[in-house]
Parts: sequence; structure tokens; C-alpha cells
Amino acid sequence: MESCNCIEPQWPPDDLLMKYQYISDFFIALAYFSIPLELIYFVKKSAVFPYRWVLVQFGAFIVLCGATHLINLWTFTVHSRTVASVMTTAKVLTAAVSCITALMLVHIIPDLLSVKTRELFLKNKAAELDREMGLIRTQEETGRHVRMLTHEIRSTLDRHTILKTTLVELGRTLALEECALWMPTRTGLELQLSYTLRQQNPVGYTVPIHHPVINQVFSSNRAVKISPNCPVARLRPAGKYMPGEVVAVRVPLLHLSNFHINDWPELSTKRYALMVLMLPSDSARQWHVHELELVEVVADQVAVALSHAAILEESMRARDLLMEQNVALDLARREAETAIRARNDFLAVMNHEMRTPMHAIIALSSLLQETELTPEQRLMVETILKSSNLLATLINDVLDLSRLEDGSLQLDLGTFNLYAVFREVLNLIKPIASVKKLHVSLTLAPDLPEYAIGDEKRLMQTILNIVGNAVKFSKEGSISITAFVAKLDTLRDSKAPEFLPVLSDNIFYLRVQVKDSGSGINPLDIPKLFTKFAQNQSTGTRNSGGSGLGLAICKRFVNLMEGHIWIESEGLGKGCTAILIVKLGMAERVNESKLPYMPKMPTNHGQTAFPGLKVLVMDENGVSRMVTKGLLLHLGCDVTMVGSSDECLRLVSHEHKVVFMDICVPGIDSYGITIRIHEKFTKRHERPLLVALTGNTDKVKKENCMRAGMDGLILKPVSLDKMRSVLTDLLEHRVFFEAI
Amino acid sequence: MDLVQLQRQLVDYRTSLYHEGFLDEQFTQLQSLQDENNPDFVVEVVSLFFEDSERLLNELSKALEQQVIDFKRMDAQVHQLKGSSSSIGAHRVQKLCIVFRNYCEAQNVEGCLKCLQQVKHEYGIIKTKLESMFQLEQQILNAGGSIPV
Repeated sequence: MESCNCIEPQWPPDDLLMKYQYISDFFIALAYFSIPLELIYFVKKSAVFPYRWVLVQFGAFIVLCGATHLINLWTFTVHSRTVASVMTTAKVLTAAVSCITALMLVHIIPDLLSVKTRELFLKNKAAELDREMGLIRTQEETGRHVRMLTHEIRSTLDRHTILKTTLVELGRTLALEECALWMPTRTGLELQLSYTLRQQNPVGYTVPIHHPVINQVFSSNRAVKISPNCPVARLRPAGKYMPGEVVAVRVPLLHLSNFHINDWPELSTKRYALMVLMLPSDSARQWHVHELELVEVVADQVAVALSHAAILEESMRARDLLMEQNVALDLARREAETAIRARNDFLAVMNHEMRTPMHAIIALSSLLQETELTPEQRLMVETILKSSNLLATLINDVLDLSRLEDGSLQLDLGTFNLYAVFREVLNLIKPIASVKKLHVSLTLAPDLPEYAIGDEKRLMQTILNIVGNAVKFSKEGSISITAFVAKLDTLRDSKAPEFLPVLSDNIFYLRVQVKDSGSGINPLDIPKLFTKFAQNQSTGTRNSGGSGLGLAICKRFVNLMEGHIWIESEGLGKGCTAILIVKLGMAERVNESKLPYMPKMPTNHGQTAFPGLKVLVMDENGVSRMVTKGLLLHLGCDVTMVGSSDECLRLVSHEHKVVFMDICVPGIDSYGITIRIHEKFTKRHERPLLVALTGNTDKVKKENCMRAGMDGLILKPVSLDKMRSVLTDLLEHRVFFEAI
Repeated sequence: MDLVQLQRQLVDYRTSLYHEGFLDEQFTQLQSLQDENNPDFVVEVVSLFFEDSERLLNELSKALEQQVIDFKRMDAQVHQLKGSSSSIGAHRVQKLCIVFRNYCEAQNVEGCLKCLQQVKHEYGIIKTKLESMFQLEQQILNAGGSIPV
């Protein structure tokens, strides 16, 4: 029998030690085989093991170790060479794998350790985030509380409810023991306990306002912790317990404690109320920052809510006052209306009643004048006549004035001859003036229109009144009447700032100046002149008669005519000038309503004919060409007709002054022709004026014409007058674009 | 009939033409252009209008009988007719031309045909009326009178 080359075992195989080694090897092998199985099982379970390769290696290492130990079992007894070789192979492999594994572990173990450190770091971070979450949640809670509180506070406009609600809600949110509001008294020197949370009926407990603690609280807009021994904080009966922490905050008030609206006070004199909050005693609770913030926010909100409530109260009160006033005014108005109606009725009746006897007196007196009378009788009759005439005038004046005051007088507008009015006035005043040996002169400006639109009768009445006054108050000298069209700068008079003339196209302002060399007026008396029934009582005028209504009526007429009247005088004995400005409409002599609007032109109508003016007319349409030719021929022009653009270009020469082109024909390229004509005549004075004729009112076309270099554009149909003024304008300004 | 009656008849006739909307103020303008230098101005213009319109109306009829209708050309012709009629003040014809042009733009054959019929009709009327008016005027001139404005 071949025996193996191994050394004889020292101990026989059934020795106890051998047996133990045998068993140990067996168990080692078992363990070694089961470890990888466990590893595989658990790694398969978990998904995150990053080192699979290492696992394989480790597994291999362990398996081989196990194999080695297992094979060892057979080497305790005599074993064949095969077993020995198997054993050797196993050991070699094991050695290799173990060495590799050992080398690998040098790299792996630091990594594994760092994993652990990272894990620790993440745990710390998570803890930190948790803390921050907690903080945010707290803040959100606070915010929610504030919103809820604000909502409660702002949901009412009654200040008692506002304050009560504030205290209640604050007490609930912050779990306060006591919450109190101190308001400044009317004098402003003390704070009075107005509202508390727990005590139902606060006694009118007051505290002087100038306490250092209170000043400290008032000077900052933050909630301030104050000592529980401070007078404002002594709200609970003192006891054995430790009072909780107290915080006070100022509440700005926009008004005094009884909410009268004064002028908005300056910031420095702002009034404050004081809100005091006490934490529960014996609770060892502290005021947290977020709670203080909550209190500050609430204090602001309360201030706003209170001011709203105050404003509301005040506006309600004002409204009630206004309503009362309205009722009173309405009553007064109705009474006034009744009075006016009564007066008008009276006047209307009296007017008729008074005129009838007046008429009889005047008529019969004048008849009497015609009969045979002694000089004495004649004098008496003349006096009766004069007096009754004056009386009749007075009655008329009074009636007119009352109608003027009501605003029931309306102007009778009509077209009249302005020159005739002045002549009439002159005729009426001349006899009286010549008796007094006064010289009267009338000057009418050349640009004064002959015809105007206005109330002829009343204008004459006004002018006559003023001129009459001038004559009446002048004992000698001359009277000059001038009339002209007022220009804008002369229209404004610093003495009458409310007179704002507005110029427009078809109205003008007539200015009449009546200058006399009579007794003059003291400048201080001038404002009284236009008031009713006031006549300056200077010596010279006492026997002049008149009722003093004349100027008042004139002023009202002038106002109706949207004008202005005033008197200037340098003093007594220096004469005076009466100036009146009224608005009149321009009368048109020709009815031009059919013509379209034309741009502003100087009033000279220009030529009525253009003899020998060479004109070229281009129009494809035979009929309209003939009509245009007829128009121009009638105006004396020398007309050449063409029917196409080529003909036009061929025939146009520097002798033609104007070229009329119909541009709304689709076949003709009028812009092209324009450009070609521009090219043909480079010198501007040689080039004829190019005018487009079109029946088409298109702004775009007009702009195209202007851009292409045309000098004008007119709309068809063209009437004779239109053509005449177009040509005038064209030849004068070298451009004419009709407004579209 | 004596001169005064003729003149009155002419004036009434003219007024009725204006009232019924056959003529508008453009015709008045035309008349104001007639003077000693241009004694037959109105008659000349109106004759030219008749010639032009008849030509245009024939061409329009022919165009609408074609298989393929050239709307653009028709539009240009109607434009011409509109221009001529507005130049002499043939108010109704001018208004119809505007409607006609709209149909041409919309390429509406039915509408164009209908419009053409209407234009022809109106043209016929105005031609007859103007011719009667000229006859009256001629009668007055022959009787040695002058035409009232």
C-alpha cells in the first residue's frame, strides 16, 4: 500500500484532541459555508448594497476557507494523494483569494466609514430642518391668529365691539390672564382704564400720563415688557402668587377719546391709548418673540379699525346735519319761489293796470297841448306830460328789470343792420344834445361788419341809455361815440375776472366807447352805478331826474348778450367814459351751406376772373372733362383738354400755370405723371401747379397725393364759386388741399 | 301757347325734375356756366353725356353676356358712367352706378344684371326728360323769348 508523504501524525487519530479538532473544523466549515448564504440572502433583500463585487470576493474567500477546513477533515487519517492535492489546491486558492480580499479591504473600509459619517451628517441636517419647520409652523400659527384677529376686529365698525373683540381674541389666542385698554382722557393728562377682559365693570381708574414707563411705551412702536408693579399693570388684586410677565403696547389714536374730528394732527401730537397684557401668574411662561410681534400687529390693526369707526361716526353725523340743512333750504327755496311768483303776478297785473291810466293821461295831455292854452296852462300841461312820460318809462323799466332778474327775459335774436342802429341813436340824441349845445360825434371802425345777429331793440336801448346818460350829465363840451370790433387782448379786463370771452368763427365782440366831458364821477362811486335805484347824489345831478334803473337794466342786457359794461372816470369834473362790449353773431350775406368746408382764407374774395390763365385739364371721362372746361372757360381761363397721361405729358409746357388731373380713374397713373412732370420741370417757377380732382374722399389718397408732389386736391363736384376761390388760393399760396 | 305760359311751363318742369330727384345742384352749376361766350354749353354737355352713356351701356350689356365676365373692366366702365352722370347732375343714374359698382366688386352676376336693367331704365327716363326740356327751351327761343333761370 502506498502511503502518503505526509509526516506521520504525532498523535494517533482517535486521540481526544484530534477528535475536537475534527469537530471544530467541521463546524468552521459549516459556518463558513453559511455566512455567504446569509449575506446573499440579506443583500438580495436590501437594494442598496453598493459593493457587490466585494461581496463576491468575500464570498469566494469564505467558501474557499470553508472548503479548506472541510477537506481538512479528511487529512486527519491516512489519505490518498488525490485528497492531498485537492487540499493543496484549495489552500492555494484560499491563500490567493484571501490576499486579494485583504488588499481590497484597504480600499473598501475607508469608504464604508465615510458612509457612516455621511449618515451622521444627514441625521443632523434632518434634525435642524425639523427645528426650522417647527419655527415656521409657529410663525404660521401666529399669522393665522393675526389674520383671524384682524378679521374679527375689522368685521365691525362699532368701536366698542372692536375693542371688546380685540381683548377677547387676544386673551384667547395668547391665553392671557388679563388684558386691558387704557384710553387718554379728554384733557389728555391721564389714562383712564376703559376696557378689561375679565373685570366686567372697570371703575374709572385713572393714571397720570407722564409716567416714565408709559412714556417709554409710547415712544416706541414695539411691545415693551413692563414691570408688574407699574400702575397700569396693577389690575389684579395683589396676592401670594407670582404675577406673570406683563407687556404693554401703544395704540395710535387719530382723534381724542371722544372721537371729535379735529384737523389732522401732526405726528408729534399723536395721541395714544395703552394696551396692557398679562400672562397667567404662576405659570413660568415667558413672552416669546412671535407673541410680541402678534401683539404689535394687533395694536396697529386696532388703531386702523378705530379710526375707521370714528370716521364713519363722524360722516354719519355730518350726513344727518346736511339732511337737516337740506330740508331747511328746500323750505326757504319754496318760500322764495312763492314770493317771486306773487311779485310777478302783482307786477303783471299792476303793469296792465298802471299802463291804462298812464296811457289815458299821456294821450289826453298831448291832445290838450294842441289846444289853445295860456302860457301858464301850457307850462302846467308840459310838466304833466313830462312827468307822465317819466312814470311810463319807470313802469316799463321796473317790469323789464323784474323779468331780467327772473331770467325769464330772452333776447330776440335776428339779423339787423348795425350801422343803422348807431345812426338811429345819433338821430334820437341829436335834438337834446343841440339844445344843450353839446357836440356829438360818431366813429364806426371800417372793419365793423354792417350786418350782425343779435337783439337789435335791446342793443339800441342799451346804447341809447348810455349815450343819454352822457348827454344828461354833461353841461357842455362834446360827446364822442366810437364803435369797433374788439380784439382778444383788449377784451380782458382785470376788473372783471369772470368775463372770459371765447372767440369762434362766426361771432365777434362789439366794443362801444362813449366819452363825455361832463361832470365825471368819483371813482369810489363807480361800483354803485350799476346797482338798482342808486344814483350818486352829487349836487349837479339832483335835478336831472331819472330813476337810477337805467344802468342796472343795461348791465343785465349786456350780461344776457354775454358781454361786459363798465365806466371809467378820472374824477369829478373830468368827464367819464362808458365802455360796453357785447357778443354778436356774424351775419352771412350769401347762403353758402352747400359748399364743403374750406380752410381759413383772408376775407378778400380775390379775382372773379383769371383772364388768359393757361390751364391744362386731364380727365378720361368726356363729360366731366367738358364740364370742368366749361367752368374754367367761364372764369376766363385758356383751357387745353387732354384725355390721357401721354397726351398730358406731351402737351404740358411752362406756359401752363395749373394742371388739373382726375386721379380716380383706374387706368391713369396720376402719381407717375406727377413725378414725370416734376422731372420735366426742374425749376420750380417754371413748373405748373398740379391739382388732383377726385370724387373719392379718401384720406389715404390725399396723403399719397401730397407725398407724390401734388400741389393741391379738390373734391368733385366743383361749383363755380369753389373753382374761383380754389384758383385764387392756388395762385396766391401755391398750394390748396381741401379738407377731407 | 304764348311766351309767358311756355316759360312758366319750363320753370315748373325743371322744378319738378329737381324735386323728384332726377337732377341735382350740379345741373344748376352747369346752367350757370352757360353765357354769351358759350350759349349752347348745357346742350353740348348733355349730348356728349348721352353718347357716352349709350356706348357704355352697350358695352356693359355685351360684357354681361360673355361666358367669362371681366368684372374689372366692367367696374372701370361703371366708374366712367358714374363720373359722367355726376358731372351733369343726373342724380338717380349716379346713385345706381354706385350700387352697380358694389355688385361688380362682389362679382355678383345676378346683382349686376339687375342693376344694369335699372340703370338703363333710369337713363331712358332722364334722357326723355332732358330732351323734352330742351324742346321747351327751343320753343321759347323760337318765340323770341329768353330762357328763365
